[in-house]
Amino acid sequence: MTHVVIGVGNAYRRDDGVGLAVAARLGARVPAGVEVVGCELEPSRLLDAWQGADAALVVDAARSGAEPGTLHRFDAGAGPVPASVFRSSSTHAFGVGEAVELARALGTLPGRLVLYGIEGGEFVAGEGLTAAVEAAVEPAARAVLEELEQLRREQEEPCTSER
Amino acid sequence: MAERRVITTDYLARVEGEGAMTVRLENGRVEHVELRIFEPPRFFEALLRGRSYAEAPDITARICGICPVAYQTSAVNALESLWGIDVPEPIRLLRRLLYCGEWIESHALHVYMLHAPDFLGYDGAIELARDAPEAVERGLALKKTGNLVMSLVGGREIHPINVRVGGFYRAPGRRELRALVEPLERAREAALETVRWTAGFDFPERSVECELVALSQPGEYAIERGRIRSDAGLDISAGEYDEHFEEEHVERSTALHSRLRERGTYLCGPLARFSLNHDLLSPLARSAAAEAGLEAPCRDPFRSIVVRSVELVYACDEALRLIDAYEEPELPAVAIEPAAGTGFGVSEAPRGLLYHRYRVDGEGTILDAKIVPPTSQNQRAIEDDLLDVVARYVHLGDDELRGLCEQTIRNYDPCISCATHFLKLEVERR
Repeated sequence: MTHVVIGVGNAYRRDDGVGLAVAARLGARVPAGVEVVGCELEPSRLLDAWQGADAALVVDAARSGAEPGTLHRFDAGAGPVPASVFRSSSTHAFGVGEAVELARALGTLPGRLVLYGIEGGEFVAGEGLTAAVEAAVEPAARAVLEELEQLRREQEEPCTSER
Repeated sequence: MAERRVITTDYLARVEGEGAMTVRLENGRVEHVELRIFEPPRFFEALLRGRSYAEAPDITARICGICPVAYQTSAVNALESLWGIDVPEPIRLLRRLLYCGEWIESHALHVYMLHAPDFLGYDGAIELARDAPEAVERGLALKKTGNLVMSLVGGREIHPINVRVGGFYRAPGRRELRALVEPLERAREAALETVRWTAGFDFPERSVECELVALSQPGEYAIERGRIRSDAGLDISAGEYDEHFEEEHVERSTALHSRLRERGTYLCGPLARFSLNHDLLSPLARSAAAEAGLEAPCRDPFRSIVVRSVELVYACDEALRLIDAYEEPELPAVAIEPAAGTGFGVSEAPRGLLYHRYRVDGEGTILDAKIVPPTSQNQRAIEDDLLDVVARYVHLGDDELRGLCEQTIRNYDPCISCATHFLKLEVERR
């Protein structure tokens, strides 16, 4: 059973780098055997990043119009990724939403795929997160850790696990 | 009564970056065409000031998630030329191998995920994947092989961290590189299949008349080094770039528009490379081009997808040749002794010529930097082409015309870095 956490973003586009910041914050805090990777920019690489994983948690910046710092969570197994939330300014020709839907079309989605979106405030060229988004990094990291713990428990009691 | 049509795409989909397009027609005549690009290289030029020369490859690699190796290579070329450093051949070949990985990755992404849907009548790669999963899987496998080369040679897949002025931080061993042989052989087959696939698409007959500019290097299809040449006789070193090219600021775009002094619009990228250097492709890539019916010069932007496919074959073939010939360098990098001055560097990014210029002080601190990406160089050519396409296809309905305009832009694989995927169209008739 392999689990991977993927932080997505561009650290030179202010809040767009929040997914990478969460991945960096998680660092060694994840349980043994969980891989944490950063995916800068081009998101079709996500398909490689979660290949072979039973569960993948993807953390990215969101731009839905909510308050900066708001944490969104979306289970990609539940249906199409809402483009209004995961529109990922950083993500170029091909966004996280498209990467998920492409994998769905090809039948290569991981058994479990959860997207975390942290609402960004500024996506202009520049370094550093805005204060509200910076403050959301630790809570997001904790949410990811809780989800990993939940996944571990489901693994121990497979009968109760849900898809 | 005057009829006025305005066709606007506020956010261009399936291009590498953020851009918008407006076409204005008055009484059925094209009045105005513009491609607005929101591009951040000037932010990076400012960011580089005051930083050490040693940071230039890593910082500029962040400008683009698709072509970090191009930025790194032009940066190291500029600084090494300033200090008269000629890296040992094994290091140069390793750079070329890394660059092949980037070409494979970038071209596979563009051909399969961004461009092919235009020719096959799909909104995008997801819709294509539902009907033709085998094609999309082939594209993804090719792309992944490019990633593999980049992560093995470059240190990691995106934004390789192994490149430095003078060489690499660590040179891989021969045996490590052997691990790439089998995936690259498979990728080469997939690339040949890609050429056959794209050659079968329908192409409107188009031709752009501007000057074609590409690097050229005796004995090899220029990628990581070369002189700047054109089909009109230009033949200059990177250091002479500013004498022959100029950038103008255009209000609507954060990108600077490049032009050849006194001659104006030019085009760089796959069409220019193939047109100038096709005889230096490997025999396999040449025969794939011939079977696909490509002839040099190739001035048809729609056929750029076939040229990119041929370059995919070449990049796989060349990567295999480089691995076979690889000898581990004695040292991964040559020593650097900074001195004050200005250095100039170029290389062939997947989308075309990428120019860097750095002025540094005696400690190697960057005083100023100039970066001219291929997309700014091609912007005038893209707009000219758009103007002509609209004039010729003005009889089409707005949706069809907009689609054709977007495809015209995607033909150039503009890399505007950082983007979005909303499409908003406004049509105004008067």
